[in-house]
Amino acid sequence: MATPLVVSDVAKSFTMHLRDGIKLPVVAGVSFSIRAGECTVLGGPSGAGKSSILKMLYGNYAVDEGQIIVSHDDGLIDLATASPRTVLAVRRQTIGYVSQFLRTVPRVPALDVVAEPLVERGEDHESARDKARALLAQLNLPEKLWALPPATFSGGEQQRVNIARGFITEHPILLLDEPTASLDARNRDVVIELIAGKKTAGVALLGIFHDHDVREAVADRIIDVTAFAPGKIAA
Amino acid sequence: MTDEPLLRVSALSKFYGSRVGCDNVSFDLWPGEVLAVVGESGSGKTTLLNCLSTRLLPSSGTASYRMRDGQFRELYRMSEAERRFLMRTDWGFVHQNPADGLRMTVSAGANVGERLMAVGDRHYGKIRATAVDWLSRVEIDEDRIDDEPRAFSGGMRQRLQIARNLVTGPRLVFMDEPTGGLDVSVQARLLDLLRGLVTDLGLAAIVVTHDLAVARLLSQRMMVMKDGRVIESGLTDRVLDDPRAPYTQLLVSSILQV
Repeated sequence: MATPLVVSDVAKSFTMHLRDGIKLPVVAGVSFSIRAGECTVLGGPSGAGKSSILKMLYGNYAVDEGQIIVSHDDGLIDLATASPRTVLAVRRQTIGYVSQFLRTVPRVPALDVVAEPLVERGEDHESARDKARALLAQLNLPEKLWALPPATFSGGEQQRVNIARGFITEHPILLLDEPTASLDARNRDVVIELIAGKKTAGVALLGIFHDHDVREAVADRIIDVTAFAPGKIAA
Repeated sequence: MTDEPLLRVSALSKFYGSRVGCDNVSFDLWPGEVLAVVGESGSGKTTLLNCLSTRLLPSSGTASYRMRDGQFRELYRMSEAERRFLMRTDWGFVHQNPADGLRMTVSAGANVGERLMAVGDRHYGKIRATAVDWLSRVEIDEDRIDDEPRAFSGGMRQRLQIARNLVTGPRLVFMDEPTGGLDVSVQARLLDLLRGLVTDLGLAAIVVTHDLAVARLLSQRMMVMKDGRVIESGLTDRVLDDPRAPYTQLLVSSILQV
């Protein structure tokens, strides 16, 4: 089975220069791979470094050590050392990401926030908007909100805009950081359906889900992140 | 996307006597890329911008620009006339104070039309039509076309300055604190406008700002400067979410949360 993303021996720590340079180790020896058509779930308590791992895979956090090899554009790229320009190309074509919270841009309507990743990949505005409408409808976001900027939306509404934005493209790898955290049961089920659709399409998913029912419904494999606690490596 | 950068900067330094303006700055800029240069006052970011836009000549180092014919030209070896031509056609420069980039005593339409005439447009009707189109793109009503920018608000002046710069279809735009001195509501509108224009036109831009929120919204890449040197650079969200250098951490931790 295809493994479009392989992580080996990745370590991450934060050095807090404003706090006398104390070093906070987050994870060490992170090694795993994810497979196309499967949803792999990162498990473990809060603070174990699950989000940090996702952020490293998206190039949002720097990597101290190790490799993150991703299949991109018929080649292999090490995201741990890739140039900013390469990381941007990987984000555009290969790795999608649904963050925990939507970062809103003033004045941009929800519909365009959702359509934007498609437009960036070269799709024309109208067909991108059509797909955005379909997704927002599927996620039960009231139509009267589509033309409004999401800054004033409720948490659940913003999260649905965020999910639609992440799911609209056909990225072969999709990272999900608690996409269902602020959703009601009905919309959680929609997200479960969307994830199932991505699996059928051969997408490799990697997610964090605190909600037990969602995790049960989507997970093909669970990786226990506590195995990557920095102390364990030293021992 | 082309595989060659638009601008290559190598070991650029500017000294004012023994004082450092900017020291040993190197980077490449690709078409369609927005690079933010951040740092506090006196960090050398404006000196860098002025050197890159050839408003100042550096003490040492090189910068080469890929001309429309695909050939790289060394900026500091060009003649003054060639540099001016570049500035009028292929580049734009958006000043913090619109009065520095506009002619305050000619009409808004003429401010936009003048740049078109500089690239050889002579047909009055066409120039006026293009001016009207650009004013509407920067959300200035057509009936203000004959007014002088003196009669405009700060936000309108800034939008007019942007129209004046973009009307010739430049490939590279320099911006010095483009939202500085504007009310936040006016800033949001301007930022949204700039974001849209940069994406639609595929512009490359170098934006100097001390406002990290502006950098996050507009740029994909970022350089942090202190005492004339680049102390950290990378993807904008990486630098802001995982700052590594002590000074960047200080900057990021100093942002006020609303």
